[in-house]
Amino acid sequence: MTSLWPRIEPLLARVQKPARYIGCEDGARTPEHSSRRVAWLLVYPDAYEVGLPNQGLQILYEILNERDDAVAERSYAPWVDLETLMRGHRVPLFSVDTHRPAGDFDLLAFNLSAELVYTNVLNCIDLAGAPVRAADRGPEHPLVVAGGHCAFNPEPLADFVDLFVIGDGEEVVSEITEVVGQWKAGGRTPGSRERVLRTLASVPGVYVPSMYDVDYEGPWLRAITPRFPEVPERVEKRTVADLAEWPYPKQQLVPLTEVVHDRLNVEIFRGCTRGCRFCQAGMITRPVRERPADQVRTMVADGLRRTGYDEVSLTSLSSADFSGIDGVVADIVNDPVNCGQVSLSLPSLRVDAFTVGVATEIQKVRRTGLTFAPEAGTWRLRQVINKLIREEDLYGAVEAAYSQGWRRVKLYFMTGLPTEMDDDTLGVARLARNCVAIGRRYHKGASVTASVGGFVPKPHTPFQWFGQNGVAELQRKVGLLRDDLRRDRAVQLRWHDPKATLVEGIASRGDRRVGAVIEEVWRRGGVFQEWSEHFDLNLWEEAMANHGLSPDWYVTRHRTDDEILPWDHISAGLHKDFLWQDWQDALAEHGLPDCRWTPCYDCGVCTDYGIEHVVASALAPAGGSQGTGQDLSVGGEVPVTLLPVGGRA
Amino acid sequence: MRLRVRFQKLGKVRWTSHRDVARMWERACRRIQLPLAWTGGFSPRPKLSFGLALPTGAESRAEYLDMELAPDVVVDVDGLPALLSPALPMGVDVTAVAEVDPKAPSLQEDVVSCTWRLGFAPGADLAVLVERALASSSLLVERERKGRLSVDDVRPAILTLDAVVTAQGEPELEALLATQPRALRPQELLRALDPALEATRVCRTHQWIERDGLQQEPLVAAPHAVGARAQ
Repeated sequence: MTSLWPRIEPLLARVQKPARYIGCEDGARTPEHSSRRVAWLLVYPDAYEVGLPNQGLQILYEILNERDDAVAERSYAPWVDLETLMRGHRVPLFSVDTHRPAGDFDLLAFNLSAELVYTNVLNCIDLAGAPVRAADRGPEHPLVVAGGHCAFNPEPLADFVDLFVIGDGEEVVSEITEVVGQWKAGGRTPGSRERVLRTLASVPGVYVPSMYDVDYEGPWLRAITPRFPEVPERVEKRTVADLAEWPYPKQQLVPLTEVVHDRLNVEIFRGCTRGCRFCQAGMITRPVRERPADQVRTMVADGLRRTGYDEVSLTSLSSADFSGIDGVVADIVNDPVNCGQVSLSLPSLRVDAFTVGVATEIQKVRRTGLTFAPEAGTWRLRQVINKLIREEDLYGAVEAAYSQGWRRVKLYFMTGLPTEMDDDTLGVARLARNCVAIGRRYHKGASVTASVGGFVPKPHTPFQWFGQNGVAELQRKVGLLRDDLRRDRAVQLRWHDPKATLVEGIASRGDRRVGAVIEEVWRRGGVFQEWSEHFDLNLWEEAMANHGLSPDWYVTRHRTDDEILPWDHISAGLHKDFLWQDWQDALAEHGLPDCRWTPCYDCGVCTDYGIEHVVASALAPAGGSQGTGQDLSVGGEVPVTLLPVGGRA
Repeated sequence: MRLRVRFQKLGKVRWTSHRDVARMWERACRRIQLPLAWTGGFSPRPKLSFGLALPTGAESRAEYLDMELAPDVVVDVDGLPALLSPALPMGVDVTAVAEVDPKAPSLQEDVVSCTWRLGFAPGADLAVLVERALASSSLLVERERKGRLSVDDVRPAILTLDAVVTAQGEPELEALLATQPRALRPQELLRALDPALEATRVCRTHQWIERDGLQQEPLVAAPHAVGARAQ
């Protein structure tokens, strides 16, 4: 095999940010390919600076390269300037590690973290030299794999992807490697592609769309049925029971050029049981699995020494909920090796004063912005979405922030939530103004940035039955807030484009018929759709119309409990009747406390999979109400496994 | 303690920008736990100062930076190249380190000219272009700095210019270009010679300062350290 580098390099003088394409990161591998090793190309279907930091991709990159029977390299969607040159000079998609053509790999594995990248997936398959439709591929073409959160509704991409991985990838990539290794050793004979896919369909957590028939009745989905007896009716997600066994990435990649989240990232737990009803990540990654605190400390200390970063982020869906987070934070900040020059960030901050106390401790070095996500403007609506933050929790957090020297606080909200009335929408403006008033007691120039995003209902959540607000309605709600805040110079309002929200809605809850729309948008040049300068709603509306599909049917229509949903054959472990009951509770404005510290609600995950929460403390973390408004006096059995004292790293 | 470092930037890493290189150095110093002095103010930065920016895509055998160590820190200067090179990306290698007078002029002020080698695709007829350029009394080029366009006569900044053919038979230009009062960049030189001319490789081989009327390099590379690990 020859490297494409001599053909790529002359193109780089003519593109923006050429360092995106050179590899050479610290931690990058240059693996040795052989006929006995299954070659994976892990592709992030977005620009390098967005894809490089992705932890999921880096974890699998290391696990696969540690195996004797596999090699893994990486690729990212080439930006439009390079793509044009590549097509003009007949240069295919390439890996950044050894600049090998994508077509030389056995698997192209895509990470799907957002719906708007779907057209980029098709573009990458095409640039790799393979037919975009799975049915048109032969034994000479790589298998196309996709995983990540969006794979929990695989149907919109079902025509293009050979197999999906549902859930955590750490274990299943090895099982897939073994099956594909036999295929490779057998010489990939004609007809063998169907056989290997049929074998893969029996691997737990693997979904092979071509092994299922889909029946419709008019617009309605009637059934998705396996074509062979050994193919499962429902594909259950994979779950890594104990994060302590997977201390990855061990050698986080250090890019040579600027990327998002350009810092050391250490995952401190996976899963979240706060039960926010809009949050797909929280629903599909249950149960909570904490990494032992000692392992966190070791990964932080080793990572900082190796990478030379001066910032570390402790990542999870709600980092302030990690058992003993204040102790871990103090240990990192006060470690003499770090010379007081390492700053630390906690994404997804809880909204309470305790959290601000921790934030103050960690931002001694460099003070970054402080962001809270109340998500909705009134207590009533926050009960609907189960984000149980009381107004006084938010004001306590904001007061703590301003009194500790912050001058600007960012607040995140959604609009278009179930049952939202104009008073709820305007509640965003009231909260923002009240926060400014608190801030003025400490600084004359105190200000608040309120960001508002249109709500997109996601599969496997209680809101999967809800009819999303249309473009006009979202624009009207944003307009209400703009008018209300027009004279308020201390509140800066930002909002997400409602047109993009509509397209996210089409892809989020679409079925297999949406695939033709994605293909048409791609064929007409619609790539990088999550970048506002490339997004084009007309392309989507025209393609929907050309295929006789209605955005209203897919996006704004409320579903009923007897409807077969396009992802019903994919399981995150959550019982559909649990989700329906939670949807009814939402409409009745009933909140549901966190099951880590209260009795089990039997959502189905722990019981069906025989797994449990792994947390170091059965007590809710210190800090008063925890910003949840949760009544912690409720007794009962606590469904957790306790780690031995001191952890076990 | 102020140190002057000479390094090279060869191979794929040439596609990184000047800003990227600055970040690489900050990380490298932290990796070998070399305590730097920091600027004061709202957003403190480590005190690293680079010479004239190398264009993205160009290689160099003669890059320099000055670093100021934290107060009272004393290091073994001779041992530094062997520590720093492995902490830097493949293709970036330290070829010399020396202590300099804290009051010495900055690299930006001190460097008066740079030598460049520019490689071209076989068949480029460079001799005619060179002859014509050197015979001209002025060469006007439109160029941009900080968003402002200006038309400048760059002829005075071309100190020497030679067309050569390498041992492999590839045409090259060797140019000594002034950096004061305003540096002439290799791309601007090419535009002055022939707007259609495209170099396949650009390498800065030397930077020059003047001492007592003589030209010399800010630091001489240790012979054994050159050509180490380009990828």
